[in-house]
Amino acid sequence: MATKLPRKPASKPRLAVFKFTSCDGCQLSLLDCEDELLAIAGAVDIAYFPEATRSTLRGRYDLVLVEGSITTPEEQARVLDVRRRARFLVTLGACATAGGIQALRNFADVAEFSAAVYASPEHLRTLATSTAIAAHVPVDFELRGCPISKAQLLEVVSAFLIGRRPVVPPHSVCMECKAAGNVCVTVAQARPCLGPVTHAGCGALCPSYDRGCYGCFGPKETPNAAALSERLLQQGLQAQELLRLYRSFNADAPAFRDESLRIEAGLRNHTGDPS
Amino acid sequence: MNPPADADVSPAVLTVDGFQCLIDELQRRGYRVIGPTVADGAIVYDDLASVDALPRGVGDAQDAGRYRLTRRDDEALFGYAVGPHSWKRFLNPPRLKLWSSRREGDGVRVEPAPEPRQPLAFIGVRGCELRAIAIQDRVFLGGRYVDRPYDVRRRGAFIVAVSCGTAGGTCFCTSMGSGPRAQGDFDLALTEIVDAGEHHFVVEVGSDAGREIMAQLPSRDATSADCRQAERIVAATAASMGRSLPAEGVRELLLDNLDHPRWDQVAERCLSCANCTMVCPTCFCSSVEDSSDLASEETARERRWDSCFTTDFAYLHGGSVRATTRARYRQWMTHKLATWIDQFGSSGCVGCGRCITWCPVGIDITEEVRAIAAAPARTGGSDHADGHAQD
Repeated sequence: MATKLPRKPASKPRLAVFKFTSCDGCQLSLLDCEDELLAIAGAVDIAYFPEATRSTLRGRYDLVLVEGSITTPEEQARVLDVRRRARFLVTLGACATAGGIQALRNFADVAEFSAAVYASPEHLRTLATSTAIAAHVPVDFELRGCPISKAQLLEVVSAFLIGRRPVVPPHSVCMECKAAGNVCVTVAQARPCLGPVTHAGCGALCPSYDRGCYGCFGPKETPNAAALSERLLQQGLQAQELLRLYRSFNADAPAFRDESLRIEAGLRNHTGDPS
Repeated sequence: MNPPADADVSPAVLTVDGFQCLIDELQRRGYRVIGPTVADGAIVYDDLASVDALPRGVGDAQDAGRYRLTRRDDEALFGYAVGPHSWKRFLNPPRLKLWSSRREGDGVRVEPAPEPRQPLAFIGVRGCELRAIAIQDRVFLGGRYVDRPYDVRRRGAFIVAVSCGTAGGTCFCTSMGSGPRAQGDFDLALTEIVDAGEHHFVVEVGSDAGREIMAQLPSRDATSADCRQAERIVAATAASMGRSLPAEGVRELLLDNLDHPRWDQVAERCLSCANCTMVCPTCFCSSVEDSSDLASEETARERRWDSCFTTDFAYLHGGSVRATTRARYRQWMTHKLATWIDQFGSSGCVGCGRCITWCPVGIDITEEVRAIAAAPARTGGSDHADGHAQD
């Protein structure tokens, strides 16, 4: 069977990668696409990607990948400029999508942290919070994970190039776990696992190695964290440990944040702590 | 059931060594032999090289949201209930490539996905699982449209069934009429007898293929005492089953109670994680996904297991038609126990208990039915044809 296809356009879309507060692990996933790297370079003009190339093309970009969260006044201003230059803006990973591990500051006093870590904290210009890119500018697509999945990144770029919706389902990790044939670590071993409330995409990596999911892809669609918490407590997990389970790479993602605040309030009431 | 053509269908007795000969004979005939084995703290289905891979002397303790392997005080090879896997993962694989295409010059060439050549042999298919396979046969093969991927795997599959000698903690096959005795479409059906130093299987032949294979194995004719012992074992299993569903009236009960407050209560516990549908041996829903490569030269279409518990699955133009967990849980349970009957002529539930055991929060479908039955909002008299309340 042979059907006539339209010719591909002559000019290639311009790709840029921008970094805010982050560890660089997500943009490294792009360089980690070893087998596909030449295909990426063949499909797009890499116009701005300081981690990969010194050459920079200024102007507007067709596809902008943004890593990192917003934690400084300088970043607040810069993200507006990045958005203005971007036709299609995709955030990469837990930092850009939910504020990252550094969003733990949102539950504490950042001035106290600064004083504890730096000899002269007065030189710092930092915000009280670490927030997702979407809290500052409109975002076209969010890719989850700490770090992101290389396969999902390739899927988003491939989908963008052909003009289709990327296949990045927002259901639970459990569905990937069951498809892989894994035995549930919570049911068979009473291990705490955030899989039932966590966004798929990792291919159920941790449960495949006999560990509980620690939620690095953030909340799934329609998460019911309270019901999962109740079960994990029944299985013997301490409330303090449960709190830490939600307070990690996606601590400020709404479903995990609300649940951790609820657990924290319960702990305060239980101990009679007035704070 | 597809009885053998010849009259000689009297049961036989096979030893454990004879059982190894069965595996050898199936492999010699080119089958991919799959059966229960221990992995990651549970009994799963995987390729079997020999009888040594079977979970010898292993049992299980199951309850809502809980599964543990146990040590039996005998050397039984099938002394446990069903685990997290079901045969659907081999007949209707979780991910399945349907076709791929490739740009060639000005055109595009479409290639169908390669089909498996090796026939499947399933060892240790329980009564509830025979029923589940029959239900999926109806879904995939029984209507106007035959599902080819299922058909090529199902056709020619050799089924060695086993009647259950132990009821699992979440089993309710007796009330569903699907077990514990293996009945239906099998090639061979075994009842394991481990008693007073004896260890053998009473084998019932269910097909010509089964008879042919049995003829190659070292066996003796079963005596009436052997058969009575096998019957006693199955009867004892049936009597020790801890859970049940009402045999009659569940369809009417659920469809008359679509706005029952119990749906709100179960939705508070339900994680909408879809584990129940993944482990259910009859749930068959899938989604189709397209992929393309960076150069836009190659594309492929894959089918993967999906679930009525995801919002995407009920996404129509403009949004998901089942926005709440209440609506999704109710859809799953009313389809399984009620509208499945309208659609396919039987209940979609076989009483295997997997959805109860493998629900991370331990939601029990039998308990949910009991709760609605205990305080029904309405009883009878409604027009079921338009009785579907909307969320």
